Amino acid sequence: MSDLGAPTAYRELRPRAGPDERARRFVKYRALLLMLVPGFVFLIIFNYIPMYGAILAFKEFKIMGGIANSPWVGMKYFDKAFNDPHFYVVLKNTLIISFYKLLFGFPVPILFAILLNELAGRRFKRWVQTISYLPHFISWIVLSGIFITIFSLEGPINLLLKAIGHLPVIFMADEHYFRSILVGTSIYQSFGWGSIIYLAAIAGIDPQLHEAAIIDGAGRFKRMLYITLPMLVPVISIMLILSMGSILDAGFDQIFNMYNAQVMDVADIIDTYVYRIGLINANYSYSTAVGLFKSVVALILVLGVNRIVKTIGGNEHTLW
Amino acid sequence: MVYRKSLTEKMIDVLLYAGMIVLMFVTLYPFWSQIVLSLEEGASAYSTGFMLYPRKLSFEAYRLAFHYTPLWTGYLNTIVRTVLGVVLILVFTALTAYPLSKKDLPLNRTCTGFLLFTMLFSGGLIPNYLLIKNLGLLNSVWSLVLPGMISAFNVLIMRNFFRSIPESLEESARVDGAGYVRIFVSLIVPLSTPVLATVALWVGVGHWNAWFDSLIYISDSRKQVLQVVLRKIVIENDTSNLNAMIQKMSTDTKYTGRQLQSTVIILSIIPMLVVYPFVQKYFVKGVMVGAIKG
Repeated sequence: MSDLGAPTAYRELRPRAGPDERARRFVKYRALLLMLVPGFVFLIIFNYIPMYGAILAFKEFKIMGGIANSPWVGMKYFDKAFNDPHFYVVLKNTLIISFYKLLFGFPVPILFAILLNELAGRRFKRWVQTISYLPHFISWIVLSGIFITIFSLEGPINLLLKAIGHLPVIFMADEHYFRSILVGTSIYQSFGWGSIIYLAAIAGIDPQLHEAAIIDGAGRFKRMLYITLPMLVPVISIMLILSMGSILDAGFDQIFNMYNAQVMDVADIIDTYVYRIGLINANYSYSTAVGLFKSVVALILVLGVNRIVKTIGGNEHTLW
Repeated sequence: MVYRKSLTEKMIDVLLYAGMIVLMFVTLYPFWSQIVLSLEEGASAYSTGFMLYPRKLSFEAYRLAFHYTPLWTGYLNTIVRTVLGVVLILVFTALTAYPLSKKDLPLNRTCTGFLLFTMLFSGGLIPNYLLIKNLGLLNSVWSLVLPGMISAFNVLIMRNFFRSIPESLEESARVDGAGYVRIFVSLIVPLSTPVLATVALWVGVGHWNAWFDSLIYISDSRKQVLQVVLRKIVIENDTSNLNAMIQKMSTDTKYTGRQLQSTVIILSIIPMLVVYPFVQKYFVKGVMVGAIKG
């Protein structure tokens, strides 16, 4: 991967591999090339065959024939998707939920890392870190189970509401609150873990920068704002690219375990829709078409954003 | 360089510490509330609210949960898939990563590109499902283990680690007449325990928490993994089996499926809670290694 970014001058300096040189390397590395075989067999079977299988989106699935022998139907299922009002509902929900998660969730780990760095006590800091990572290691089935209790009618949130004289709310079945709950619980699960990368970047900042600023009379807040934060910009931009690429992943694991019939209109996302039309309604072709739409858009997004960053910021900030 | 703090900065410190303590309370409370609820004596468990400690301590819910067999078959199935998954993934990932760590390996860039493309694009739900079905792997533990065998991310982490091992070590082994296979087995693998441990833990947690594959590929309830058993009880709220068992097992009818939900939640995360504080630093290391640009 790093070869791709190598300056051209360097590439030209490398001796051109002639046929003899190539053959020599094949002989030299024959054992290692054999070693690669099992891994790539797995890749072909479990990654590339399903990619080929995605052509089902352009075919009418016949159980007896399998994917290969099912008849072609062209864009039928894409037309169906674009004429399906619910497709636009799930597309809208996916984008809205993702956008809110990004808007509110993206800054939290950065802020947390900067504040954590300000803690003087090493032991205390380690404790805080360890605890904050914990929810990342718990499955969404467990987390959803817990949150369903917490937001239930007898749960602590409603108890608080009652205490301030508010009427109880059935949060999990209320369209007004459900997305906020999704965003909030998603931040709860990921902020600590997400901060690791920023903490590492902060640890890599040259202490001389801070020392010079202190001599110049900069207080903690000033240094936070004018040293720590600017030094984090490269990492922040990489993380932003990564999250742009997954903007169509609104969080299947979370939503699938938290949503219910009452909030379907605000919570149903592409992935949950693909699951339901595919495996519950057994409409294989249609489900594959909607899924393929998502995969292709996601691919274009990742490649596109990476290209944009490359033109603006040079190779340093890109993914490859 | 000693930096003297002014009074306002000391106050900011106090606020910072207080804020962090509140944050930790908020993070831990959801888990704590489940522990409390599971230890509460039956009758008082109806009104949940804010519970900081069990008002009447009772282990009855745990006694009941221990007799709920689906939970324990689920446990066993999860352990099997986790062990199988971790061992096989380590073997095949290392086998794939080592050749790719040689920069002058023929076809290296082609192979790496082939690997990386799987991070960018996937066939989707139905093609994957049909593949598993056609391979005859439905209702088999292999449907949970084989598809994730090679992940580009794990391979890159290992490849980068292998690259950081000094070339001179390998060269001296080659001078002594060792071939690549020998070098890999008796030099590279023993030197790579940190990265192997990191990937193993990573994969282990992934398998322990995985549920969607089991939900769609496994229909035989005796082969279902813990998370799916849990999902049935906690998310689908199907406590009929539990309630039937409670009535058979306990003369104390105050215990409800509702309370047993908390108990099974706690039972399912105990292994994680026990192991987690000790291995947490390896996970963090993994993130750091993975953060290096391939």
